[in-house]
Amino acid sequence: MTIFLAVLLPFAGAALVALAARSGRSPAAWTAGAVTAASLALLAPLFPLAGAGETLIQQYDWVPSLGLDLAFRLDGLAMLFAGLILGIGLLIVLYARYYLSERDSMGRFYAYLMLFMGSMLGIVLSENLIQLLVFWELTSLSSFLLISYWQHREEARQGARMALAVTGMGGFALLGGFLLLGHIVGSYNLSDVFASADHIRAHPLYVPMLLLILLGVFTKSAQFPFHFWLPHAMAAPTPVSAYLHSATMVKAGVFLLARLYPALSGTPEWFWLVSGAGLATLLIGAYTALFKHDLKGLLAYSTISHLGLITLLFGLSTPLAAVAGVFHVINHATFKASLFMAAGIIDHEAGTRDMRRLHGLWKFMPYTATLAMVAAAAMAGVPLLNGFLSKEMFFAEAAHIAEGQGGWLLPALVTLAGALAVAYSIRFIHDVFFNGEPVDLPRTPHEPPRWMKAPVEVLVVLCVAVGVAPGLTVAPLLAAAAGATLQAPLPDYHLALWHGLNPALAMSAIALAAGVAIYAMRRPLFALQERTFEHLDARRLYNALIRTLYALSRALTRLLDTGSLQRQVFFLLIAALALGFTPWFDGPTSLSGTQPGLPLDPVSLLAGATLILASLATVWLHRQRFVALITLGVVGLIVSLAFVKFSAPDLALTQLSVEIVTIVLLLLALYFLPQKPAREHDLGRIWRDGVVALVAGAGTGLLAWAVLTRPYDTIAGYFLDNSVSGGGGTNVVNVILVDFRGYDTLGEITVLALAGLGIYALLENLRLDAPDRDAAGRAWNPDAHPVIMATLTQLLLPLALLVAAFILLRGHNLPGGGFIAGLVTAVALIMQYLAHGGAHMRARLSGATQPVIAAGLALAVFTGLASWGFEHPFLTSTFGHLHWPVVGDFELASAMVFDLGVFLVVVGATLLILVNLGALHDSRIRKAAR
Amino acid sequence: MEALVALVIGTLTACGVYLTLRGQTFPVVLGLTFLSYAVNLFIFVMGRLAVGMPPVISSVASGYTDPLPQALVLTAIVISFGMTAFVIVLALKARAELGNDHVDGLNREEDAPR
Repeated sequence: MTIFLAVLLPFAGAALVALAARSGRSPAAWTAGAVTAASLALLAPLFPLAGAGETLIQQYDWVPSLGLDLAFRLDGLAMLFAGLILGIGLLIVLYARYYLSERDSMGRFYAYLMLFMGSMLGIVLSENLIQLLVFWELTSLSSFLLISYWQHREEARQGARMALAVTGMGGFALLGGFLLLGHIVGSYNLSDVFASADHIRAHPLYVPMLLLILLGVFTKSAQFPFHFWLPHAMAAPTPVSAYLHSATMVKAGVFLLARLYPALSGTPEWFWLVSGAGLATLLIGAYTALFKHDLKGLLAYSTISHLGLITLLFGLSTPLAAVAGVFHVINHATFKASLFMAAGIIDHEAGTRDMRRLHGLWKFMPYTATLAMVAAAAMAGVPLLNGFLSKEMFFAEAAHIAEGQGGWLLPALVTLAGALAVAYSIRFIHDVFFNGEPVDLPRTPHEPPRWMKAPVEVLVVLCVAVGVAPGLTVAPLLAAAAGATLQAPLPDYHLALWHGLNPALAMSAIALAAGVAIYAMRRPLFALQERTFEHLDARRLYNALIRTLYALSRALTRLLDTGSLQRQVFFLLIAALALGFTPWFDGPTSLSGTQPGLPLDPVSLLAGATLILASLATVWLHRQRFVALITLGVVGLIVSLAFVKFSAPDLALTQLSVEIVTIVLLLLALYFLPQKPAREHDLGRIWRDGVVALVAGAGTGLLAWAVLTRPYDTIAGYFLDNSVSGGGGTNVVNVILVDFRGYDTLGEITVLALAGLGIYALLENLRLDAPDRDAAGRAWNPDAHPVIMATLTQLLLPLALLVAAFILLRGHNLPGGGFIAGLVTAVALIMQYLAHGGAHMRARLSGATQPVIAAGLALAVFTGLASWGFEHPFLTSTFGHLHWPVVGDFELASAMVFDLGVFLVVVGATLLILVNLGALHDSRIRKAAR
Repeated sequence: MEALVALVIGTLTACGVYLTLRGQTFPVVLGLTFLSYAVNLFIFVMGRLAVGMPPVISSVASGYTDPLPQALVLTAIVISFGMTAFVIVLALKARAELGNDHVDGLNREEDAPR
């Protein structure tokens, strides 16, 4: 439960922070810090266990039938990442408090940050792959919000969109990869995945699965050729960049590489794909970083390069390389977060991030400069700092692999990348803090507030401590994390400054010297770059791709959506017909089955013939709208008779009452529609529609015939057997509605309520002109409320309501129930409206139907929730028998309360619809009287 | 009897389809009502035809018809009422906003009232 809570806490915290922000900037920051610390405090007691190499798994059922569990996993690797996310998260919270200006909304920033933090925690602590993917997508979404935090800036919106498009596409591929992986393993749980590693690597679906998963990893971790979104995400506020691009967002991809390493690595495909992408990214990133004039741009490309380094290490597939990869994850997170924050301080205090203008800042901010210099030295891999240790391990592994293969290319390339890293690190320091006087700065720079430096200090101290005494600081954490990554005994390695004279040391020395040399000849290099590669930008390709997609979808929309309902309906029907007729081509089957039918009696024949005639008459006369409505009523009545005939009393009652309400509704509406509709002149269209209609009718009729003449198996036995014993009612249809399938009914009455409210909204402020005279030129009857009708309906009202009550109460055992009783009540009340007019009724009823609907829905939901109180699932019904004197045995079922809710919603929605439509008439009549 | 029911369902469908394809709102609403009848009857008879066997448990009943399609259709009838009401009010709104009762909101020459 603890891990689950720790993941859930930041999500709840997001709302809390937004609330706290109302009372000021500092409360928001304090709350965000408290939430982060609380989450960390929840996990911290478990860390010693994970550190000792144990794997904690906490699991709850989610959708067990789909193999989905809420499953959390805390082992060394998860502990490392959770610690980075929450630890650096805390520092970011503190830093952002001072970074954001008065104009920026603190609540929004911290709420987004909390959402993102929770999503990241979810990724690293997931045991179930599908659950991991959900959190993965949540990081894409919440990072979109964070990157576009300064919504008024065009480049922020563009950068956020690009990040979302690229990582979202990767997430989609990842889903496919996970589904394949789950298919291969037969489970989505990581433990099962690890257990069947050999089976996975031998499976024929291994390669497509690997490609899809790597697509997800590479997009998230900005690996070549998907690296281009990361520099554009720099439009985010610096605390966001510091968080997303050091410890979190981009590390999610690296995390997944490490997480799935034991299951997927070790094949030639893995080696070439992962290390190939890593090497290309390492070089391209390091090269481009050197030429960026923007401080954050330099750091962005350096991040890409370091991610490439880590990916390359995992790609090499040796245990030592994986250990080095995990180690570099830690080191990169610490020095890169501090460098981003230092860049933010410089931007904040000097007003620009352009390295062509920032020079000689040492004089203005020596303290910040010292911190930045240490962090940059760590990035360059200078001895005594943490970056040096992991870079040594990296070089050693590259040399070792090359020894086996006899090649020199890999060591040469990684040394070149190391030299470039040294060069851009020197540029970061030398250009900004020395190299002459500042050029035309917007502000005179000075040291930042005390607490803005604190996070940088913490991280820089860590860089030095790890670099000087790795055995005393990072060793246990690294061992636990690397052990969990490998899921195997650790290889033999030594964390030490001095390994003796070996190839790695030589490569380090060459890289340092070459880096200084590259920086020294930067001027000719910059000029060369400007002439050649400067205008090479993957963004252009991306934009062209996006434009093409837009154009394609626009063309497709134009092709399909003609804006004409008539044509859309036609296409829909043709498609339905085509689908309906496809099985007929499958092979010859006889149309008629073998089941003997019921005999035809003359009354049924007569009713059927009347229905067919009335239907045809409706079509024939549909332009004489009033007549068509009457013939339609005939059709509806015969349909309800058919329900009576074929043993469906509930349906007959429902159909009958709905029929009345529908006809009243259509009559009300007819008043406002043109009385003399236009004649259709397009004979071609009439013929075309006629043919479609005939084919559809014939197809449906034949299908019905084919089904009806065949025997079938029903699942009704269960309902018939359990209706009395399980639901406490003898009317099986009603028991299905309010008990067995009560959840469906709840959905259905919600739809009805929504339809009612939608109509209410549509009718508001509606002005309609209606003719003063009818089609034959006669004036409407001036007597709107005839006395005889008014008197008779008033007499009928109590009787009708009594019938409704009777139908409602007996519904559980005999035909009836909430739907029918609701309709009968609605009909009774509508009769009153018709006879007396709206004003009369509003004086007697409160007129507000929405509360009735709300009460009905609340009652239905409450009945469902009440069963939770008795430890039963939602909407479990219970019943008992009461003995009432005189009346006798009386049965009460909780489902009857649910049915009462149904009743209220049906009454409320029906009245809401008709009364509001009727109110349009009232206003017409009042206008006519004036 | 089965043939008659199939014929009725076919006729209701044909009428519904033809009216749904008309250009003005009122026939479209009529057509949708027809289609509701057709679909409801169709689903209902998937439980096969049975006379005098309502699904109400009693000691004297000789047998029961399938209650499941009935439960499905019962809510479908109420929902289709909601849908009909919504569509007809939408038609009224369209007439008020656009000044005609064509489903596409067009005042085509051949459709114009005269």
